[in-house]
Amino acid sequence: MKTLSFLFSRIGKAVFVVLGVVIVNFLLIRLAPGDPAAVMAGESGSSDPAYVDQLRHDFGLDKPVWMQLFIYLRGVLRFDLGFSYRERLPVLDLILDRLPATLLLMGCAFVFAIVLGLLVGVISSRSRYQGRLPWLDSVLMTVSLLIYATPQFWLALLAIIFFSLQLDWLPPFGMETVGAGLTGLAHAKDVALHLILPTVSLGCFFMAVYARLTRASMLEVLGMDFIKTARAKGVPVGEIVRHHALRNALLPVVTFAGIQLGQMAGGAVLTETVFGWPGIGRLLFDALMQRDYQLLLGVFLVTSTMVVVFNLLTDLVLRFVDPRIAEA
Amino acid sequence: MRTQKTFRPVATGIALALALLSGTAAVHAQTRGGTLRAIAQPEPPTLMLGLNQQTPTQYVAGKIYESLLTWTPDLKPMPGLAKSWTVSPDGKLYSFELQTGVKWHDGKPFSSDDVVFSVDKFLREVHPRARVIINQFVESIKAVGPNKVEIRLKEPFAPFLKSFVSDNMPMVPKHLYDGTDYKSNPANQTPVGTGPFKFKEWKKGSYIILSRNPDYWQKGKPYLDEIVFNVIPDAASRAVAFERGDVQVVSANDVDNVDVPRLKKVANTKSTNAGWEMFSKQAYIQMNMRKPPFDNLKVRQAVMEAINRKFVVNNIFFGLGKIATGPVSSTTPFYEPNVPAYTFDLKKARALIKESGVDVSKTPIKILSYPYGATWDRLGEYTRQALEQVGFKVEIESADAGTWSKRVSDFDFDMTFSFTSQYGDPALGVARLYLARNQVKGSAFVNNQGYVNPAMDVAWDKAAAATSVEERQRLYSTIQKTLVEEVANGFLFEMEIPTMYSAKVHNLTQTAIGLNDTFADVYIDK
Repeated sequence: MKTLSFLFSRIGKAVFVVLGVVIVNFLLIRLAPGDPAAVMAGESGSSDPAYVDQLRHDFGLDKPVWMQLFIYLRGVLRFDLGFSYRERLPVLDLILDRLPATLLLMGCAFVFAIVLGLLVGVISSRSRYQGRLPWLDSVLMTVSLLIYATPQFWLALLAIIFFSLQLDWLPPFGMETVGAGLTGLAHAKDVALHLILPTVSLGCFFMAVYARLTRASMLEVLGMDFIKTARAKGVPVGEIVRHHALRNALLPVVTFAGIQLGQMAGGAVLTETVFGWPGIGRLLFDALMQRDYQLLLGVFLVTSTMVVVFNLLTDLVLRFVDPRIAEA
Repeated sequence: MRTQKTFRPVATGIALALALLSGTAAVHAQTRGGTLRAIAQPEPPTLMLGLNQQTPTQYVAGKIYESLLTWTPDLKPMPGLAKSWTVSPDGKLYSFELQTGVKWHDGKPFSSDDVVFSVDKFLREVHPRARVIINQFVESIKAVGPNKVEIRLKEPFAPFLKSFVSDNMPMVPKHLYDGTDYKSNPANQTPVGTGPFKFKEWKKGSYIILSRNPDYWQKGKPYLDEIVFNVIPDAASRAVAFERGDVQVVSANDVDNVDVPRLKKVANTKSTNAGWEMFSKQAYIQMNMRKPPFDNLKVRQAVMEAINRKFVVNNIFFGLGKIATGPVSSTTPFYEPNVPAYTFDLKKARALIKESGVDVSKTPIKILSYPYGATWDRLGEYTRQALEQVGFKVEIESADAGTWSKRVSDFDFDMTFSFTSQYGDPALGVARLYLARNQVKGSAFVNNQGYVNPAMDVAWDKAAAATSVEERQRLYSTIQKTLVEEVANGFLFEMEIPTMYSAKVHNLTQTAIGLNDTFADVYIDK
């Protein structure tokens, strides 16, 4: 029951947060000079201002800004995110068409990052805690630091050059083999192959973060008195690490991972661009470059909703990992 | 004499077609089948060619839609949807005889009614470039029979025929568009044209597939089964895709200039500069002449002397270009080579500044960067350095496409760069940049720099209306000499845009619009 009322109050707040984000974005976008009509006219090399005015009228840009905002918000409340005049399709359709690809990529990258990050962090902390294989800890942490410091797009390009161009193991772009007409399992395998490079490129940075975080948090817990007690009682180190330390060390990692899911959506813009992944990140980028206001706002709305939802889920997970949080 | 002239293009067209036919028959039969893989970059917003004219839209939709004519690399007209055409001696009446047996992709027959609808209603309303020509010059368009169209002009306009290319005047189906709201018509999602390829599938963000039109009016064509356009947003990834053989065609527009020399060396790759004759893109510096220091002619001339255009072409644009002598590209008719030359002479530049009486160090200028990739940023940085060498104070302002377009069309800049297409005739692609009356706020790619010379305006208008080639040449030569002398723009270089392609692919760039043409003749070795 407590969880339910907690959930409702959080959702109520979340709606306001998202609306606020939309309004602020709406106003911020208008601060940038230029509009979709100007960009489109530029692209077609037009020399006819009457045409540009006609475009502005079509886009509804000749109305006062507050009126445009009002019309937009009224639409949003009815789940109508407007019409992209550039793509000539409803914004919601465009976004729903692209969202699954992004969620798939983010989901895989997230799982990759958290699993590998935890693993590396635990191994690293254990090697240090036990004092065996001391070089392992240094090696793992140096590699993590290196990955952490490497720009994502550069890593992505290197991965393409090495695994696609040199070794020819993995496809360098796209989500599937175009025109191959694969179905069922063959199609799933095809998508999975295409997924590997973008997943690793996007996930690596976060993996490094989680590895270092897990290690630090593990070492902190391993230094606590109850662990000493457990050791004194003769509990094997493996069990102490798994049962006693990890569960406690998990808290900061989960909190951080929840926050970072939002950041990951940002990283997806780059990854999707480099790998030609047909996701929402690229939709955002294109919409921004072309000043496609309605589409841009639509993507902002959806991504901010995603961040809010992720945070909500994080809180729920935290309550599950550590029931004491429910009291607070 | 004059009436004969009008038939010459037809004769040349037929002769050329015959030569092509006999030539290919003599060598070996073109193979049928296969999929051509290419790149659409950036992804076109729509494939309705009448509604959008971005380069990738022209590239992809140019296989779906056709116009009445197509053009040889030396800019002579060839039959397209029009079998033959005549122009009256006074240059005002154009009659087109259409091909017979042409069908739209949905099976409905194509007729002169479609031409009348396309030109008189559809394009007149929605096409940013064609509508300017139609509104200004066309008096009436009439169907005089199912296969004959007559267009009467208000006044002669010499390059009128050149408007009939697919990117400028694509024919659109009347039965799908007449009486509808063109821009939100659902038919825009499944484009229907008369071209050799039909729209098959478009997964936004991933790929576009076109498939062979079995009912194409040119019997036996096209040769390809399918064309796949991959959407790959990152330039480096596009280069990799070509190197791996995932795509067989890549143009220098698709990749960074720095990659071009490397891609040309990929095994079994051919490269050509052909196929841009209609566009003959030229890059130039725009200097805002409405305010100091560029209102002073000597200062503008000093800029031209201070910039090493050879260095710009060879080192910034990786050799992909040729120094421009004036406003008209050398691949365009009426080009005039004998114009005043600027030779990169810093001493002269400094002397010109002294003569001008302007203290350039006291009137600092800002370069508004041109938002079409890193190469243009480098050009901005180089220009800054070059100008500072002769005493200018320069700052660079960065901009994205929207900002650039807005500021240039509001004349809110000191100096910027631009490039634009010439559309095969000075009257179509060049005049707009220099006519005093074309200083209209709200549009980039017009006379944004504020060049005014009434004598030249008269000459431009006379040249556009003149029906004799000699008269036009004389006028355009004068115009070019004056514009260079007065630095109406800082003419930089004619852009070279090579197409790299697999040696197995043939007939890619046969006409003046190159990759944007129909690909009806393209075939792949098995």
